[in-house]
Amino acid sequence: MKSITKFIPLIVTLLACTFLLIPIIQSVLAGLTVNYFRGLSSGLTLKWVARVLELYSGSILLSIWIALACLVVTLILGVPAAYALARNPGRTARVLEEFISLPLAIPGLALALALLQLYGSLQGFRTSWTFILVGHVLYTLPFMVRSVLSVLAAIDLKVLEEGAASLGAGPARRFFDIVVPNALPGILAGALTVVTLSIGEFNLTWMLHTPYLKTLPVGLADSYASMRLEVASAYTLVFFVMIVPLLMAMQWASARAQRIMQ
Amino acid sequence: MGQRQFLMLCLLPLAVFTLAFLAIPLGRLILASGESEAGWAIYLKIIQTPRYVSTLVQTVVVSLAVTAAALAISTTAGLFLVRNRFVGRNTLLSILTLPLAFPGVVVGFMIILLGGRQGLVNQLLPGHWVFAYSITGLFLGYLYFSIPRVLLTVMAAAEKIDPALEEAAQTLGAPQHRIVIDVLLPALSPALIAAGAIAFATAMGAFGTAFTLATDIDVLPMVIYTEFTLSANIAMASALSVILGLVTWAMLLIARSFSGGTVAAGG
Repeated sequence: MKSITKFIPLIVTLLACTFLLIPIIQSVLAGLTVNYFRGLSSGLTLKWVARVLELYSGSILLSIWIALACLVVTLILGVPAAYALARNPGRTARVLEEFISLPLAIPGLALALALLQLYGSLQGFRTSWTFILVGHVLYTLPFMVRSVLSVLAAIDLKVLEEGAASLGAGPARRFFDIVVPNALPGILAGALTVVTLSIGEFNLTWMLHTPYLKTLPVGLADSYASMRLEVASAYTLVFFVMIVPLLMAMQWASARAQRIMQ
Repeated sequence: MGQRQFLMLCLLPLAVFTLAFLAIPLGRLILASGESEAGWAIYLKIIQTPRYVSTLVQTVVVSLAVTAAALAISTTAGLFLVRNRFVGRNTLLSILTLPLAFPGVVVGFMIILLGGRQGLVNQLLPGHWVFAYSITGLFLGYLYFSIPRVLLTVMAAAEKIDPALEEAAQTLGAPQHRIVIDVLLPALSPALIAAGAIAFATAMGAFGTAFTLATDIDVLPMVIYTEFTLSANIAMASALSVILGLVTWAMLLIARSFSGGTVAAGG
């Protein structure tokens, strides 16, 4: 009896891994098999992956483009703001930080409805890729700000800056020469998080997209609804190949930023 | 330019963006919910309409069930992984955190591969083993993306527990299960409350998974979606969104007050 209870945690861990891993393996196999229903004996092929690239390369490229644009915008908006928040750790700063974090708490669907009602009638904006970009920036910005802020909060900015100021460096010079280099681990972790989340974002994007602007996850939803299982699986495989290295890099960078903070 | 002005300048772009694309749109959403014939009584109408009430109840019940299951599984696995070092441990950990980057649609597809009409279970056990499009499928999908989120929060907290506490309990002769109940779980309880609140909020707001599974189970995000797109009932979609947003926001506030970190509420 005792020996069985000892193994329960191991068994639960393995079962959870099995539950998460089996469909991933299935989708990888289905994306590479000639006919999924006849099984692996029908042979392996790359034709479904080629089909996906032919059908959906536009969506894949749009997602990469939006993720990079989102990164640039969150860097420009987020890094200086995190610095200002770190230098003013007052009540106003907390309220502002709390407010920009709302998109983490409010479901993307509700945010998208809010954006659509205010800007939906602005045709030029509504139908452009920048409308999707706004949604992605909204969702990823808190990650960038918090990531940079937590690194800046752990170092003694004031002393560093006073040293530079006594040598005659102005505020802008101090920002670029002292703040940014010191914040780099946080910026890197934030950047990888922003790109990973942007490429996978669906809830907001589904509401904001137009038939001519489909991102990768919107294309995925499309293929799940209308394509044969092999094509849908191959498309999921392409997504995995993009997102898994990003996730690993993101986890590595976040762990590194946390080590530096200690 | 002085230091103060420079700091204001640093904050300005973010403030403008947040005002234009978060504060004003959310204000508009709240106002829009009162713009139907019913006015602000629309919130009363939600409680009086059986379909909305049953949707709310169903969403809360599924989310609670997922939270309980994810807490049980992830706490067991998390404690096991923190307390044991062995070959393959990092591989198990990677597998358990992999779904963090999956959007809800992909999670939905994973469940279809497991329990759909052409799914694995239906192939292995011929008969009526199609559960992807039912409440079971929804539950499993939500569980799929909740396990990694709860696991990371629990593991981060478990690593901070002083091993001396456990050693003391051992020296005093406590059996293993008493150590778990009397030492580890109390030390973990803030993290468990935080992780549970995050899991609950994520499940409440999850749209992509339900959308892919195309179930006829009414959960709140799907009802908001159909009210908006099919019925063009903007006021009702807005009112339901406001309720959903308030619930998930309150949940994450609870989570924040019990532990510092926040895990992305995707799905």
